[in-house]
Amino acid sequence: MKNSLVQIRNLSFKYDENADYALKDVTFDIYEGEWLAIVGHNGSGKSTMAKLLNGLNFPKEGSITVDGLLLSEETVWDIRDKIGMVFQNPDNQFVGTTVQDDVAFGLENHGIEREEMIKRVHNALESVKMEQFLDQEPHHLSGGQKQRVAIAGVLALRPNIIVLDEATSMLDPRGREEVLETIRQLKASQEMTVISITHDLEEAAKADRMIVMNKGQLYREGSPEDIFQLDEELISLGLDIPFPVKMSKMLKGLNIPVSKHHLSEEELVEELWTSHLKM
Amino acid sequence: MMEKMIFGRYVPADSVIHRMDPRSKLIIVLLFVCVVFIANNAITYGALVVYTLLMLAMSKVPMRFVFGGLKLVFILIIFTFLMHIFLTREGPIIFELGWFKVYEEGLRQGIFISLRFFLLILITSILTLTTAPIAITDGLESLLGPLKKLKFPVHELALMMSIALRFIPTLMEETDKIMKAQSARGVEFSSGPVKDRVMAIIPLLIPLFVSSFKRAEELATAMEARGYRGGDGRTRYRKLVWSGIDTLMLLLLLALTILLIIFRT
Amino acid sequence: MDISLKNVEYRYQVNTPFERLAIQDVSIDIPSGTFLALIGHTGSGKSTVLQHLNALLKPTAGEVVIGERTITSEKKQKGLKAIRQKVAIVFQFPEHQLFEETVEKDICFGPMNFGVNEGEAKRRAHEAIKQVGLDESILQKSPFDLSGGQMRRVAIAGVLAMHPDVIVLDEPTAGLDPRGRKEIMDMFYQLHKERNLSTILVTHSMEDASRYADKIAIMHKGEVYKVGTPLDIFSDPEQLIKMGLDVPEVVKFQQKLEKTFGYKFAKTCLTIEEISQEMPRFLKRGEA
Repeated sequence: MKNSLVQIRNLSFKYDENADYALKDVTFDIYEGEWLAIVGHNGSGKSTMAKLLNGLNFPKEGSITVDGLLLSEETVWDIRDKIGMVFQNPDNQFVGTTVQDDVAFGLENHGIEREEMIKRVHNALESVKMEQFLDQEPHHLSGGQKQRVAIAGVLALRPNIIVLDEATSMLDPRGREEVLETIRQLKASQEMTVISITHDLEEAAKADRMIVMNKGQLYREGSPEDIFQLDEELISLGLDIPFPVKMSKMLKGLNIPVSKHHLSEEELVEELWTSHLKM
Repeated sequence: MMEKMIFGRYVPADSVIHRMDPRSKLIIVLLFVCVVFIANNAITYGALVVYTLLMLAMSKVPMRFVFGGLKLVFILIIFTFLMHIFLTREGPIIFELGWFKVYEEGLRQGIFISLRFFLLILITSILTLTTAPIAITDGLESLLGPLKKLKFPVHELALMMSIALRFIPTLMEETDKIMKAQSARGVEFSSGPVKDRVMAIIPLLIPLFVSSFKRAEELATAMEARGYRGGDGRTRYRKLVWSGIDTLMLLLLLALTILLIIFRT
Repeated sequence: MDISLKNVEYRYQVNTPFERLAIQDVSIDIPSGTFLALIGHTGSGKSTVLQHLNALLKPTAGEVVIGERTITSEKKQKGLKAIRQKVAIVFQFPEHQLFEETVEKDICFGPMNFGVNEGEAKRRAHEAIKQVGLDESILQKSPFDLSGGQMRRVAIAGVLAMHPDVIVLDEPTAGLDPRGRKEIMDMFYQLHKERNLSTILVTHSMEDASRYADKIAIMHKGEVYKVGTPLDIFSDPEQLIKMGLDVPEVVKFQQKLEKTFGYKFAKTCLTIEEISQEMPRFLKRGEA
């Protein structure tokens, strides 16, 4: 699994000469097949990161290499083929007038034959469980459904990487769950590399690896388990910690033996149960 | 108010008219616009009315809904009618009340021109009510296709239209939301002095512009991210199918035209 | 100000092919000073109920009593403006309603529409901007030069400056990061206490509903499913889960523990502190 797919080196970016750095000297790798969560409060630079990855903005300093290709004005279209993006606002990325038109939009842009398009549109919609909505218009869909269509639009183009740029932040809990479930299944069924840029800690907790951004800099990198040990530090960065971690901590404070800060409720319940049996 | 508008609204149903190729519908509407001007007496106008009502009946769109939605248009039509009554002074006087005189020619023209206006609106409404906006766009793009050779930006125009159409409901919803938000802040959109009501448009329009620009920008970004680089080399997902019904409907219009030519005076 | 909905029904687009029943037979009492949380899925009718609270919508059947006024389906209603000053709504993504050249003007807009003079409105703008946790220097800036989070706060300040008796919040923290969410909710709660407001919070967050509300109403498919205190509502989590609704993490956790251990806690805990305190007793009970 440790096959580096994207190399980000000393990346810096400003939106405007006089402004502060939106990103400063950021270096990290993205590995094939992993789910990487990039977290940070609003304005921490995490969305700028997404825009740079896709060549929507170009870095002032530093470099991005995707699957062996150095990102530049010349390679940007090839890189966009490798990276599919799902953005925050479900409405503002729905181009087609119906679900199937929207999924086909990217395919049309790439000059795919009609027969092949039909196949891919159907397959992609099936894998996000939206195949019954082929002719539905966007204003009749929920936010979660629109985001799943956006994911289908990306899948149809068969990229190596899918980037979710705060793709769940405007959704209700049900929509958020739908989207995350879709991503989980895709990860399991088709070796997809997923980068989710988010401030939803529950979402991040499900990732394989996390990067915490603060004030344009990479603050910490590690497994969700490691990152959530940061505890108060995360809260001071404007983030939060998941409930099971909070609960573990609270119990520890009451001298109830809890071995570590658990990331899942099941684990914590399990440990309480076993220690209870030994009591 | 907004919710009763039918302009640009599509009512899905399974009818002959719904199943027609958008190209034939567009051609028919276009021809109808010309044909309407052939009529000049009661018989020919009668034929037009029968034809239009037949189309409406075949479309299976509820009449009450159509006429309810055209309320605003009726006001315009009545206005046109009155203009003719007041301003045309030809032929014998058929009604007189003090300074107010109605001339036969005024009445005749008033009726015919309002009727013409009404039929045009009705037939276009049938088109938009029975054809998904995107199908209209596809039809137009296909019909205008030959102009590409003259460097006319057919693809761009069609894409612009389809995006505009796609966003109409979104923007209507947004307008409604902003109106409500500003009403909650004490703006009165539908009562109070006219001056205030005109001023009330500012807190509605500015937020609408701001958010539309933001949408446009985000949409452009999303399109680029999905590899949109203009019309060259693009393939088409949608395919239009011309069937027997389409030919038949065109022939029907042709028959109407011949009828009109014969019976006009 | 007391608000009460009695058998309210609302249909959208009456007499068109798009006619749709949004809510029916909705009855909720909101006595002055209540903090009510309105929960339910998107499309459950919450937003429709909310718009009845200051007569933005008129019921198609039933009645809404707002203070002294009764709103029914009758045609013309005069003087709804007076109601809207007393019952203010912070809509979802309120930053979309900003339009003035400066933050100060935008905050003054609401109060001045309700007849407050400019001097007083400005005084209120200064007061409100501090309440939402922004610096007064921001008042002279254009609202469109601010960050998303700041715009949200400015929009909220514009509503607070109207000095309402009842404040209706439609997911006021949607899209904010965790810190922003907490700050905004704490601010509303503090205001609720200090000014003795009635607060109606429409939310998807069960955590917020259980933390702040003293009464919760659950909407389901256009009807009120249940009204009660947070304790009433969450002591039957199974039912909520069956409806596809969430329950607070604490409640979920308690449920899992009870299932694994095979016996119950002494009570339903709504906060992490409560459940921690109960925990030693709960763990020991197995020995007896």
